[in-house]
Amino acid sequence: MDDTITGISALVGGPISIVRISGPDSLAILGKVFVTKNTGLKSHRIYYGWISDGGEKIDEVLVSVMLAPKSFTREDVVEINCHGGSVVVQKILMLLIEHGARLAEPGEFTRRAFLNGRIDLSRAEAVMDVINARSELSHRAAVEQLQGRLAGLLDESCDGLLALLARIEMAIDYPEHEEADIWAQDIKIQLEEITKDLDGLLVTAEQGRIIRDGIKTAIIGQPNVGKSSLLNALAQEDRAIVTHIPGTTRDVLRETIKIGDIFLEIADTAGLRDTEDIVESQGVERSIKEGRQADLVLLVLDGSVAISRDEITALGHGDWRNTLVVINKSDLPLAIDKAVLTEIFGDCIVEISAKNHVGIDLLGKKIKEMFFAGQMEYGRGIVTNTRHIALIAAAKEALTNAVEAIDSGMFIDFIAIDIQAAYAYLGEITGIVVEDELIDRIFSEFCLGK
Amino acid sequence: MMATQQFLYTAQPVDVIIIGGGHAGCEAALAAARMGCTTVLFAINLDSIAMMPCNPNIGGTSKGHLVREIDALGGEMGKNIDKTYLQSRMLNTGKGPAVHSLRAQADKVQYSIEMKKTLEAAPGLQLIQAEVVDIHITDGVIAGVVTRSGALYPCKALVMATGTYLNGRCTWGEVSVNSGPGGLAAAVDLKAALDRLGISMYRFKTGTPARIDAASVDFSKMSEQKGDEDIIPFSFENHAADIARPQVSCYLTHTNETTHGIIRANLHRSPMFSGDIEGVATRYCPSIEDKVVRFADKTSHQVFVEPEGENTSELYISGMSTSLPEDVQIAMYRSVPGLENSRITRFGYAIEYDCIDATQLSAALEFKAIPGFFSAGQFNGTSGYEEAAAQGLIAGINAASRVLGKAQLTIDRSEGYIGVLIDDLVTKGIGEPYRMMTSRAEYRLILRQDNADLRLTEKGLGYLINQDRHDRVVEKKRRINEEITRLGKVIVSPDAANTLLRQLSSAEIASGVRLAELIKRPEITYAALEPIDPDRPPLPEDVREQVNISIKYEGYIKRQMFHVEQFKKLESRKLPTDMDYEQVANLRLEARQKLNAIKPENIGQASRITGVNPADVSNLLVFMERRGMRERTAD
Repeated sequence: MDDTITGISALVGGPISIVRISGPDSLAILGKVFVTKNTGLKSHRIYYGWISDGGEKIDEVLVSVMLAPKSFTREDVVEINCHGGSVVVQKILMLLIEHGARLAEPGEFTRRAFLNGRIDLSRAEAVMDVINARSELSHRAAVEQLQGRLAGLLDESCDGLLALLARIEMAIDYPEHEEADIWAQDIKIQLEEITKDLDGLLVTAEQGRIIRDGIKTAIIGQPNVGKSSLLNALAQEDRAIVTHIPGTTRDVLRETIKIGDIFLEIADTAGLRDTEDIVESQGVERSIKEGRQADLVLLVLDGSVAISRDEITALGHGDWRNTLVVINKSDLPLAIDKAVLTEIFGDCIVEISAKNHVGIDLLGKKIKEMFFAGQMEYGRGIVTNTRHIALIAAAKEALTNAVEAIDSGMFIDFIAIDIQAAYAYLGEITGIVVEDELIDRIFSEFCLGK
Repeated sequence: MMATQQFLYTAQPVDVIIIGGGHAGCEAALAAARMGCTTVLFAINLDSIAMMPCNPNIGGTSKGHLVREIDALGGEMGKNIDKTYLQSRMLNTGKGPAVHSLRAQADKVQYSIEMKKTLEAAPGLQLIQAEVVDIHITDGVIAGVVTRSGALYPCKALVMATGTYLNGRCTWGEVSVNSGPGGLAAAVDLKAALDRLGISMYRFKTGTPARIDAASVDFSKMSEQKGDEDIIPFSFENHAADIARPQVSCYLTHTNETTHGIIRANLHRSPMFSGDIEGVATRYCPSIEDKVVRFADKTSHQVFVEPEGENTSELYISGMSTSLPEDVQIAMYRSVPGLENSRITRFGYAIEYDCIDATQLSAALEFKAIPGFFSAGQFNGTSGYEEAAAQGLIAGINAASRVLGKAQLTIDRSEGYIGVLIDDLVTKGIGEPYRMMTSRAEYRLILRQDNADLRLTEKGLGYLINQDRHDRVVEKKRRINEEITRLGKVIVSPDAANTLLRQLSSAEIASGVRLAELIKRPEITYAALEPIDPDRPPLPEDVREQVNISIKYEGYIKRQMFHVEQFKKLESRKLPTDMDYEQVANLRLEARQKLNAIKPENIGQASRITGVNPADVSNLLVFMERRGMRERTAD
């Protein structure tokens, strides 16, 4: 890892892209491709000039230089702000590689920052999420995490656990001390409070996943109700960010569609586009299964056609996590019985005309309402990292075990083991080790000693 | 030779020399002699062998575990306190089997006399009253010591156990005296020899309360604390019935606002606050003036009044350690209920002493830079008799092992509190006097005081454990496992069990249930099921106890065993002790320096060094992996 790496540090596609170089030869490599009037580049300055390939000017750029250790990776870092076209960026990258840099592996800048002690693990992972951020909201959540919000939110839980542990350990190590009487029920109350806090974080975690990965959406409905026109209408909202993922047998397997600041991940759109007959050809069973795997089912009905209660029930909404009924063809006279629908689906109903692009905004609003109770609560800090979610869940489980142990009359020593385990799980996020903290805490809180 | 002290004659060479006759020195000397080495123990005063200069008790939380472990490995402390205890208690019985802690009040004088008798009776062990002033090294290896009177004692291994005597300085109020504890002479010149050997030193401080004449104390104003009716011996080789004797009581009283007022008014005369004392104090034994300052909102502190022995009327005033001037001490103690007319026999004082940075030692307690040079006890920066004895035992065993060409005996963190203690000392490094605590032991559910023999005695075979004792432990294990297996198979019917279950306020069963399942219920014990378990074999109490604990807490024990396995994996990834960490790319400067200074024996130890973070460890792993790959390719 003594080599110099290069990579694109900001997404290609905007007007400006940033190519980053990090490592001991950053300046030397830059010197071979950067033409500027300035001599002797200094740290933390920005320089104007051209990237040039043996006389051939490639792009007009601004270059910032950050020398070790005051840089993101704690190595010598150069950032080239160039014009965003992917052809230009590719050329600059190739040129840098020609002159001795190695193409960075995904996340390698962050890894170096972490290994060089520049950032802790939870920040390193937040940086990875910034890189992977797909929508603005997702970006904001990642930034919040980067600024240590998650650590801040966990601080309170960690502190509560540490105080409990200090109390228990004091009682064990100084059994004759007058404060050594501890009541399992007191501990239980405090454990339940901390469990509640962790629960809150896990709820935001689910939102966090949706923000980052998008809402897995299935469009389901009988033939000719307008599923593909709905898809097209949604896609036309913002053509630019529809992602085509090459599949093996079909051209498009999945489509990402943006409504406002939410992403919908729509599965098997090729199937929807190719034929209106998916439900008919594959059977109702298949659509029910698809609905089960989705975060959201858009159940499309033709508003101009009357449909019986039995037929609606047959569509199998019972297993689905979230169903939004989309009554299409609102441009035609309404024949469907809305009262029956309301009875079954509550207010998760929206009327649109896919053909005329009417009601698509409302659809977006409704989805947001369903998933975020109207607003994205990124301000409270959202856990988006899968590893963090797993650790918080493990901590919560350990605390649940502790409470169960208290209820079954277990000795305090065993309860301490579960609490310690919970603390250790959270410590894997915050980087705090219990052994280092506990004894300090015991002696700062209690007056002990012979 | 790199000696500066002149010597007048050369004495008979011996295998192992121990400097110091305290709790570490005694265990080390007995261990070396019992393993068959000719051994000399030097003490400045042979009347102070195994002296207890501070509290009159042995054991307590985590320290009781240490004593049981010392016994399980063939050490002496447990046997000696069993001979000389005044009161015995099992603490923490309501907090879980792993933290049950045995503690005994000791008859200080008797303890010392009995230990001296044992030392005198040990074949191959010679006690000599002399101050060691120099250490001889030949070709980088220990060669001998020189005494104040100019005698050179050649030896093959040396154990330093100078306790608080090295450059000892006692201070109370405005008075300061260069001496060891209790007015005994300090060792002075040895410091120069250690400096010359390049050993890095600390200066620590500890303290002790006043002793008070029992005839001047009104016990009616205090609450009495009696010993347990059924006592448990410290030594696995003793039976309760054989060591039973009438017990004496301790007493509890409290300080009050008057006491605290006297202390506050005189803080300017305290050497701790005036800056006269530079040694680093321990948080574990704060002085009463420390407590009053740091916990200003507390209006009262506990004071335990403990007898020092049967043939003395002196009492130890636990909880009121002090280095205030004598006139303040008198007023302060007299403000405590029951001590209004008390007469002080010995005043409290603070003591500063030289000790080493123990990260210079290996897990065998040998200086990594000086083969044959071992070190134990308070000299390694710990506080407490039990901590000292545990190290003395390990240092003594390994000094003898070196002479005899045997493998070193080391205990890891998953095997015993001794392992936790030594690893903390040699790996983490300590900035203040170190006290053992149960919270330092991450696998404490397994490291119980009741199973110290099962954990350690087999390991001691060939050191201080003979074949007979070894086989008895193996047999005990076999009987425990056999009984656990049986209880996992025997099924009781509702008819047979429900009457008993009702009596025990336990839920009745509807169909057949294995006995082991019933034992797991909180309200049921192995013993309680005897009436419905007709095939139960007659088993000794210690086996029955292990069966009960192993079954009852099986789930927790299994979980901790899983962590132990992970720990063992990292411990088994050896690091070369001659490794140059300058070569490892991407280590942070602090980690590089610490690793180069400590030269850990494995990845696990490296990861526990303060200042080495997980990123450093992963870089180290990558480096070792690449190196291994290169070596494999080279093969």
